[in-house]
Amino acid sequence: MTEKTPLIEMRGITKYFGRVHALRDISMTVNSGEVMCLLGDNGAGKSTLIKVLAGVFPADEGQYLLDGEEVSFSSPRDALKRGIATVYQDLAMIPLMSVSRNFFLGSEPMKQIGPLKMYDAAAADVGAREELAKMGISIRDTSQPVGTLSGGERQSVAIARAVYFGARVLILDEPTAALGVKEAAVVLRYVAQARARGLGVIFITHNVHHAYPIGDRFTILNRGRSYGTFTRDEVSRQEIETMMAGGEELRELAEELAQIAQTGGGSS
Amino acid sequence: MTSPRADREIAVAADDDRLLGSSATSRLLIRPEMGAFVGAAAIWLYFAIVAGDSGFLTLGGTASYLEVSAQLGILAVAVALLMIGGEFDLSIGSVIGAAGMILALLTVNYSWNIWPAILIAAIASLAIGFLNGLLVVRTGLPSFIITLATLFIIRGLTIAITRLVTGRTQLGGMRDVAGYELAQTLFASRIQIGGAGFSVSILWWVGLTILATWILLRTPFGNWIFGVGGNEQAARNLGVPVVRVKITLFMLTSLAGCLVAVIQVIGSTGADVLRGQQQEFYAIIAVVIGGTLLTGGYGSAIGAALGALIFGMVRQGIVYAGVDADWFQVFLGGMLLIAVLINRFVRNRAMESRR
Repeated sequence: MTEKTPLIEMRGITKYFGRVHALRDISMTVNSGEVMCLLGDNGAGKSTLIKVLAGVFPADEGQYLLDGEEVSFSSPRDALKRGIATVYQDLAMIPLMSVSRNFFLGSEPMKQIGPLKMYDAAAADVGAREELAKMGISIRDTSQPVGTLSGGERQSVAIARAVYFGARVLILDEPTAALGVKEAAVVLRYVAQARARGLGVIFITHNVHHAYPIGDRFTILNRGRSYGTFTRDEVSRQEIETMMAGGEELRELAEELAQIAQTGGGSS
Repeated sequence: MTSPRADREIAVAADDDRLLGSSATSRLLIRPEMGAFVGAAAIWLYFAIVAGDSGFLTLGGTASYLEVSAQLGILAVAVALLMIGGEFDLSIGSVIGAAGMILALLTVNYSWNIWPAILIAAIASLAIGFLNGLLVVRTGLPSFIITLATLFIIRGLTIAITRLVTGRTQLGGMRDVAGYELAQTLFASRIQIGGAGFSVSILWWVGLTILATWILLRTPFGNWIFGVGGNEQAARNLGVPVVRVKITLFMLTSLAGCLVAVIQVIGSTGADVLRGQQQEFYAIIAVVIGGTLLTGGYGSAIGAALGALIFGMVRQGIVYAGVDADWFQVFLGGMLLIAVLINRFVRNRAMESRR
């Protein structure tokens, strides 16, 4: 489809948990500067696929390619070093720590005073503030605890942090799940910002209404299988929903129901 | 990259506009040690009024409560770091007994010089801390249970081995030990100010408080302590070496216990296997009074030092006020309860949206 090498390519990824087939033969690609939405209902295999992508555990079969080279990560830290950053829904931020301390946690800015190397709190405050401003996020006071931010703001700060620390691929695990409409819109704006900066974004969600406006391509999972990847021209919101809900079986059911009740099928 | 200047200016402008919402007082109030600071001032004032004539306000009275505060404070400051990191250590009281006995045994019984004996006591304490930490991170069990177990194991070992070797549970005669003079100057001497002798342990206490505060607020390690205590998984995801941080904190706590043991053994020229009993609880109380959350991720070393100061003032103040010292524990428990309630309020304030 595309001439250039994709940033990430997965070929025939399969994962078992005991006798459960969590993922079967999943193939997908992510290019830089695009948002790839990974859609699926609960139990579709989204979480498992994220964990394979993020380096939490390896796939049992299939290839994972980064810049066309096969990779296998030993830990999320390992993946992070190669530029694959994952922002988890609940685990992105530490509520009682300040915004700037959260922003630089694990990669603190340092300054030298005489023989002492120490944490540069002022640089962290200014740095976090400026980096957030670059993403269009205005935080009044970066020394305030993250817990005082709204859910959308927290996700946005986490995204800005990943971008700042050189992420090339951003995996967002249900970033809008617990958010209201306005809050979700805020997060989607930063996803767009990240894309504009050339990152490849994998946006995991079960909410088509959040995915459709931002997504360039859509991969739909159902019960561990992929229905394939579609560009926005190829597929409608309605069709995605139908596939997520179970595809053919549900379409047949919907048609049956429509015949009976004269109503359209497939809204969840 | 994409001319951030314009964006930033807008952001800053928006900032100033909204900054009015967060007042200076509310920002001061959310400092963890604020409650302890007010509490310490109130308690000092109280005893200044009720026991001012009977010596609480004299230099001698001040020296006496500061000494009590100092020994607890040394522990509390280390325990504060550990508790901010999300863990407990109930075994430190036993470490005080064990480290003190190791020091006394090696010097009195085996005629060692005091310095290598202190070194061995410190190494043993660090080993206990390492073991505590390792057990906690490897098993994933609450540190409360793990260190409750080691509390009894270490205390029991101390009593059993001491009796096995010496036939007694107390050892005296440290004064004749080689190297005692210098060690006494460093750990247990008094500095005369206006006719009152201030224990040198006060300097250790203040110094360690400054050091711990510096570590917490001005080093990456301090940032990791907050991170690990606040949300272990999130910290791990960001590459914080969680295991290393926790084990280090347990080792520091044990080392603080060893320092208290050295101060006590040299100061009283002897060791007792029961030394340090209940100190683990007093230390936790001081830390909690100091504004540190039991759940981790929030707190301060200065707060813990102030908590220890309150502890010392109440313990000695009661005596000066002529109240039966039996009432001390009632006060202590009451203060703990009040402190926890205040902390909860402060935490909720801190988490309140400042918009």
